[in-house]
Amino acid sequence: MNPLDMLMFALNALRGHKLRSVLSMIGVAIGVTSVVLLTALGEGARVYVTGELATLGSNLVVVLPGRTETTGAMPALVGTPHDLTLEDLAAIRTRVPRIRRTSPLTFGQALVSFRSLSRNTNVIGTTSEFETIRRLKISRGSFLPTGDPQRGSPICVIGTLIQKELFPNLNPLGQVLHVGAYRFRIIGVLEPKGQSVGFDLDDMVLIPVASAMKVFNVTSLFRIFIEADSYSELESVKRNVLNILKERHNDENDVTLITQDSVLASFNKIFRALTLALAGIAGISLTVAGIGIMNVMLVSVSERTPEIGLLKAIGVKPRQVVLAFLTEASLLSLLGGITGLISAQFLVRLSLKLFPKLPAAVPDWAIVTALGVALGVGITFGVWPARRASKMDPIQALARR
Amino acid sequence: MIQLTDICRNFQVGEETVHALKNINLEINDGEYITLMGPSGSGKSTLLNVMGCLDHPSSGTYLLDGKDVTNLSETELSLIRRNHIGFIFQFFHLVPRLDAASNVELPMVFAGIGRAERKQRVQKALNSVGLSHRARHKPNQLSGGERQRVAIARAVVMGPSVLLADEPTGNLDTHSGSEIIQLIEEMNRAGLTVVIVTHDPSIGERARRRVSLRDGAIVEEIRK
Repeated sequence: MNPLDMLMFALNALRGHKLRSVLSMIGVAIGVTSVVLLTALGEGARVYVTGELATLGSNLVVVLPGRTETTGAMPALVGTPHDLTLEDLAAIRTRVPRIRRTSPLTFGQALVSFRSLSRNTNVIGTTSEFETIRRLKISRGSFLPTGDPQRGSPICVIGTLIQKELFPNLNPLGQVLHVGAYRFRIIGVLEPKGQSVGFDLDDMVLIPVASAMKVFNVTSLFRIFIEADSYSELESVKRNVLNILKERHNDENDVTLITQDSVLASFNKIFRALTLALAGIAGISLTVAGIGIMNVMLVSVSERTPEIGLLKAIGVKPRQVVLAFLTEASLLSLLGGITGLISAQFLVRLSLKLFPKLPAAVPDWAIVTALGVALGVGITFGVWPARRASKMDPIQALARR
Repeated sequence: MIQLTDICRNFQVGEETVHALKNINLEINDGEYITLMGPSGSGKSTLLNVMGCLDHPSSGTYLLDGKDVTNLSETELSLIRRNHIGFIFQFFHLVPRLDAASNVELPMVFAGIGRAERKQRVQKALNSVGLSHRARHKPNQLSGGERQRVAIARAVVMGPSVLLADEPTGNLDTHSGSEIIQLIEEMNRAGLTVVIVTHDPSIGERARRRVSLRDGAIVEEIRK
């Protein structure tokens, strides 16, 4: 028999019980929508985070004190490492070839105050090159000036949140900010940037690294940033940095080097796994939808018992009866799947409008998988009702009215 | 030609075995017109179903046009029903969501006959039962007599050699009932073997050959 005729017969049967068909289609549609939408959002989050990381620069090497065996995770200290110091930084700067710029980082929290207003905030001690390395932008004034990192001048750059909180109606440039027990003159304000990989760049005060060491009474650095001339130099720069630090730290390998590559790769992996988990959870709703289809088909089979008897009487083969009901179930799931895809696309567009920063996108594999699974669900859950129909005794079926 | 030899049909009802047909021997020649009569429970419908290959005899042999169809598979039996047998039922059994033409078309759709030929044959079949003007009506828009005529068109559209009717007038008033009988007799005159199950003596008496059943056995046979 012509497949098109079979399709028309099934379609006609579905139209015979519109409400039930539409309801079970909606079940599949919701399942497919949630699978596709959640994967799209997961993918969006992945692209967003990795993109954010990539803005830090792919030529960047970050030096952490302490040795860890895994990359990408927060470092766990092994043994008692030597501190990273400004002397280490100077040695790297002078002895490692093919590096463009370096920058130290100390980090602490302190109470900053201006007149009667105060706020607990992150204080970062660094140098002028930090501006370029972290792609910071100044909206007013200037960034920390270049100079000897060992000299701590009493100047600072503040984030927009600090400006808003402490200088609501005042130009902060030239004002004196108290950071802990010390006084700093404000020379610049950062552009609003928002959260970036763990740092709230708006809620932040930047001061020269030597000053920060004084404020927090430390001699060690939290991080050293090194930017290589190019991506291809990264490996040799890493090797050189390691050698120099090993030599300076009593022949001990007690630092960890992180490149954006490894961080990116870890984040990629994490988000892929997360997306798959989300899709799996959404997939459960597809199973529920499948049971809905089975229910509708069982009702359909029992309601159309006389029709099945008649089909047998006019010489329809048992295989054709199975096929007719399977086609019906597949149509239900396929139509539901297509509806779901359309609504998912619509919702993804909507989310792009509402959250333009999150680049939600439906991956091709999600479309294929969702439709495939929907169809599979329809067929799987349609088999039992269809077989039941084909095995019916025609005489009893015809006798039922 | 239908040849039934020693046909028995037993049903298991709980502990008890019901003998619906007991050693039926019956030969029906091509083009014959025969009625099966008897009270309800006499086995006349079971006999019709056996002839129509809808029911399997418990024992005995059934030759249809010389071919042994007793032990065929479900699929082979469905092919016999499709190509050689036309059924008419008391309750018409039209598919309610399909219009008259589509109901007539149904056997040909599943037999894989091409669209153009189907259309032509539907028209011819509806013409022969005088319903071409109602082709696009759904069953619930048709009267009982009209419904049965659609069912007759459907039964003959595949060009069967045997027409089996189970109480074809049981659900109709006298007037449309006699119209239906006349239509079936017309089909018989055109060459179809016709077997009608009825308990209405006035219909039974019209046939040239009458077989009466009681308790699953043939008790009387009258030929005119």
